[in-house]
Amino acid sequence: MKKFLLHLVLLAVVSLGAFNVLGADASTAKSAPTTEQRLDDIEAYINNAARATDGKAMSKIGGAGPGHNGWMMTSTALVLFMTLPGLALFYGGLVRRKNVLSVIAQCLGLAGVVTVIWVVCGYSLSFGNANPYCGGLKHAMFNGVDGAPNIAYGAWVSHNIFAIYQMMFAIITPALIVGAIAERMKFSAVLLFCALWMFAVYFPAAHAIWGDGGWMNGVWNPTASVKAIDFAGGIVVHITSGWSALALCLILKPRFGYGKQPMPPHSLVLCAIGTGMLWVGWYGFNAGSAVAADSIAANAFVTTTLSAAVGSFVWAMIEYIKKGKPSVLGFCSGAIGGLATITPACGFVEPKHALLIGAFAGAATYLACTTLKSRFGYDDTLDTFGVHAIGGTLGTILAGVFATSAANPNLDLNLKSLLGNGLWIEQLKAVSIWIAWSVLATVIIAKLVDKLVGLRVNEETEMVGLDLAEHGEEGYND
Amino acid sequence: MKKIEAIIKPFKLADVKDALQEIGIEGMTVSEVKGFGRQKGHTEIYRGSEYTVDFLPKNKLELVVSADKVDIAIAAIIKAAKTGKIGDGKIFVTNIEQAIRIRTEEKGEEAV
Repeated sequence: MKKFLLHLVLLAVVSLGAFNVLGADASTAKSAPTTEQRLDDIEAYINNAARATDGKAMSKIGGAGPGHNGWMMTSTALVLFMTLPGLALFYGGLVRRKNVLSVIAQCLGLAGVVTVIWVVCGYSLSFGNANPYCGGLKHAMFNGVDGAPNIAYGAWVSHNIFAIYQMMFAIITPALIVGAIAERMKFSAVLLFCALWMFAVYFPAAHAIWGDGGWMNGVWNPTASVKAIDFAGGIVVHITSGWSALALCLILKPRFGYGKQPMPPHSLVLCAIGTGMLWVGWYGFNAGSAVAADSIAANAFVTTTLSAAVGSFVWAMIEYIKKGKPSVLGFCSGAIGGLATITPACGFVEPKHALLIGAFAGAATYLACTTLKSRFGYDDTLDTFGVHAIGGTLGTILAGVFATSAANPNLDLNLKSLLGNGLWIEQLKAVSIWIAWSVLATVIIAKLVDKLVGLRVNEETEMVGLDLAEHGEEGYND
Repeated sequence: MKKIEAIIKPFKLADVKDALQEIGIEGMTVSEVKGFGRQKGHTEIYRGSEYTVDFLPKNKLELVVSADKVDIAIAAIIKAAKTGKIGDGKIFVTNIEQAIRIRTEEKGEEAV
């Protein structure tokens, strides 16, 4: 037995050595860089441009660039912070006491499910480059996803950090849907629905709009059939989740007693804390979407701030004028509305237009959550549709109107002729396609999940509260 | 012996307690209660959904005093709790049959 182990160790050492030799062979095939090339490499790092030595000479800078990588690791953590605990608290505060843990559990549960799917094949399906419609399985099990940059997405950022950064988006997107169906959907149904939904909606959308060679990747793919722009997820995150949320809450029907019994938020304090966390996390979401710590990221940081602040203020001021009292929930909702709306536009528009986008966002999401909702009587429990679908849709179209290469020079690569000249029509095409697909896919998956595990808890469970019935615990024991 | 129950605005509790102590009242029981009278409730609005909250928070004081102190106690409560606005509260007086101090087993007025 001992001898066998020794052989095994020897074999491992020899084979590792062989790989090393092969590796060395491959790198010595390139010549040593000239001083000029080495200088160009440093400039490229500072400007977040493609490595000057790529394909020409050996680079003296191994792996990713520290500054860009550092910002992306920070951004990755910030985007996770948006879901856990940001969104969990924002939603948790808005439900009744008896359901506070159920929404937190749904956020935590989705983080687990999506993480596993993402590593197994989700990342590859989204960001592989098999064809314009599907990423393929090249990076399944994170194969080939390591510390070296993937130049299709970021010249100076580690591929594995990019993959985990994108995973945080994949986690928060289905978690947003939870808001529309809170207080009545089974935990098992939430997990199953979202797992299937990722394959049907999220991965195809992420690949189409952000993927290398994606069919709607207007910024980077010269042969994209729809030349859409979506900087940080107006379509990929907010439109897909928001419109699916509307379809799902209509299928699920309203909560028992909706419109007859009062169902006020149980803690606006939790909601306000969650809002602050979402806002802070959104800097990673939006500015991080530059996949570098460059001037495009800086611009996105500024526009994000402006839209959130104006959206928050406008919503509360409309209340002040109409009802005489500006509410904390109004400030919070308007901030999230402003953030969702600037998301697709943040890296493409200038600050002055971010102010306008924020104002439109505050007014539009206010009208959607108050007038539209009461007029049609659907029970979008925590206004996922009113805030995210309306904000994301509006922002995506406005991004087409206001996008300028002054804010983002990359727009000149493939979209120069469309800027200020019909780009918004391309946006409208992309928006319509993803709304239609999100709704259709949601209807089919919901029917399937209803057959398999049932969508709703029974009336008694709903009355007792999901915390005790589904999770065996209560949020507050005093 | 009489029991005085006074339902007052919560922010007047400290004033009422001080006023009662000044006239020599040695004990009372206070609880936080909810209810409505002529003041009715108020409306809360969350993202456009309006809810009427019927029950407003009040404080209820209970004190048992000898019959000769009832009138000055009531006068002290009214003086301290009155704002003149709707919702100031109410005072109820009832007869008490017996009172016992548990520690000493004293009975009647000795015990209050």
